[in-house]
Amino acid sequence: MKRKDKFWFGLFTMPLFIIFTTVVIIPFIIGVAYSFISWDGIASNPKVFVGLDNYVTIFHDERFFSSARHTLEFTLLALVSVNLLGLAFSLLVTNGLRTSKLARTFFFMPNLIGGLILGYIWKFIFTDGFKFLGGKTGLEEIFFNWLISPRFALYALVIVFTWQMAGYTMIIYIAGIQGIPDELLEAAKVDGANWWHRLTKITFPLLMPSFTICLFMTLSGAFKIYDVNLSLTNGGPVHSTEMFAMNIFNEIFGYGRYGVGQAKAILFFLIVALVTLTQVIITKKKEVQM
Amino acid sequence: MRRTSRAIYSILLVVLALIFLSPIYIMIVNSFKTRAELYNNALALPESFSLQYFEAAMKKMNFLTVLGNSAFVTVGTVVFVVILSSMTAWMLVRTDNKLSKFMFMAFISTMLIPFQTLMMPLMQVMDWIRTHLHIPMLNTHGGLIFMNIGFHASIAVFLYHGFIKSVPIALEEAATLDGCSKFGVFWRIVFPMLKTITITVAILDVISTWNDYLLPSLVLSDKGLRTIQLSTFYFFGEFTIVWNQAMAGLTLTIIPVVIFYAIAQKYIIKGIAEGAVK
Repeated sequence: MKRKDKFWFGLFTMPLFIIFTTVVIIPFIIGVAYSFISWDGIASNPKVFVGLDNYVTIFHDERFFSSARHTLEFTLLALVSVNLLGLAFSLLVTNGLRTSKLARTFFFMPNLIGGLILGYIWKFIFTDGFKFLGGKTGLEEIFFNWLISPRFALYALVIVFTWQMAGYTMIIYIAGIQGIPDELLEAAKVDGANWWHRLTKITFPLLMPSFTICLFMTLSGAFKIYDVNLSLTNGGPVHSTEMFAMNIFNEIFGYGRYGVGQAKAILFFLIVALVTLTQVIITKKKEVQM
Repeated sequence: MRRTSRAIYSILLVVLALIFLSPIYIMIVNSFKTRAELYNNALALPESFSLQYFEAAMKKMNFLTVLGNSAFVTVGTVVFVVILSSMTAWMLVRTDNKLSKFMFMAFISTMLIPFQTLMMPLMQVMDWIRTHLHIPMLNTHGGLIFMNIGFHASIAVFLYHGFIKSVPIALEEAATLDGCSKFGVFWRIVFPMLKTITITVAILDVISTWNDYLLPSLVLSDKGLRTIQLSTFYFFGEFTIVWNQAMAGLTLTIIPVVIFYAIAQKYIIKGIAEGAVK
């Protein structure tokens, strides 16, 4: 590069790259180092190098494993419900009806509100709304305060996350459906394919790129869930809904075990990267060329 | 479909969408009710429309201040992300060398890192900058905006990069021949052509900044600096929940979002689709 070009290159790229390095790259590198250190977060206290001890500690941490199980169970349930609902919505609103646009707007709305606030809205519904419904309808087996039952509190979390994310996946599925040429579906119709056949033999295969994105988004979103978790259940009852992200946060800032918490955080990164990349590779393979 | 069945389908669709939004209905109706009325029937319309709970919630949440704080942080973040990442992405596309490839890879490959992996060391770095370089990164809106820019850089550079690759270079070359500096070429010729992707980047950033809770909760400790999300959290944390007042508080927090959605609806939906598909 000529000297003048170098100057312009630096002027254009360096401000952002320096900020990015300070905020993402350096913390990541230091974060890896912290995971080999024992420290309580108090600046004047010593940081002791302990090698892999923190990682060994995690393997004896029953609560971390149970948070892993909750996260896994939550993620699988959420993956299915978010995408089924999002896909159903997208099919309902892509037929040129005048009210479709309004419905789209409504279905997407919760996504804009923000996880923390969604959690609080539903907290009221699950505690008082459900109690009221149970008393009115007599269906107290279904409508009771879900947030005090370990099992149902997890389902409550799935419902709120689904409410938040379904509209988001709907938007992506709509984009995919609109990309399918009408002639293809018309031709199949002429050939006598019924609605179900057209859906499963034409629409779904051609929607594979949308599936890749939506599954990726829901998977990583569900794995990293924190604010809905915090406001809806705060991990309770008795840690039964404590997810990965919350467990890491509590380990570091709650109990002041900075090293162990950071080791968990590094492990968390590896798991998220591994799971999401595997999913993308698998679904990418299933994509067909038009 | 025939006309009548289309009409029925249309109506059913709206009904379904309204049922989907019923939690918002429940929130709003209960924000007007007295305690007794709320526990008597959580689903019914309120008998009296009293604004007293809104007033109380507004005071407790310090609503106007936190609204201003959120707006300041969001606008600051979006403006800087748009300016810096469009400039960076353009340079990275237009220079073909090892450094630009390395920088692009650095932006992209870090996208998978969850915030939880970075939060503790990030706070250490910011603390170090505060004590050694005397730049107040913690407990300032400026510091929060700085960190937001860093976290939003990856996706913004990625989106701009993809878009700029399809922008023809001829106009830029012509302008350069006419004696325009790189700065002039970018701001006068290139940036106006990036309008659609700029809207996408801005929309995505507005939503994620406005709704962010975790980073502000770590960075801001002064009560006067709180954003809407923080204020909502403390509103629910500090008192035993008085639900009617709480619902009034939540309704208040949703009003700005609804207004934003109503105004920018078309762009939001388009922005989300583009941001995800790219």
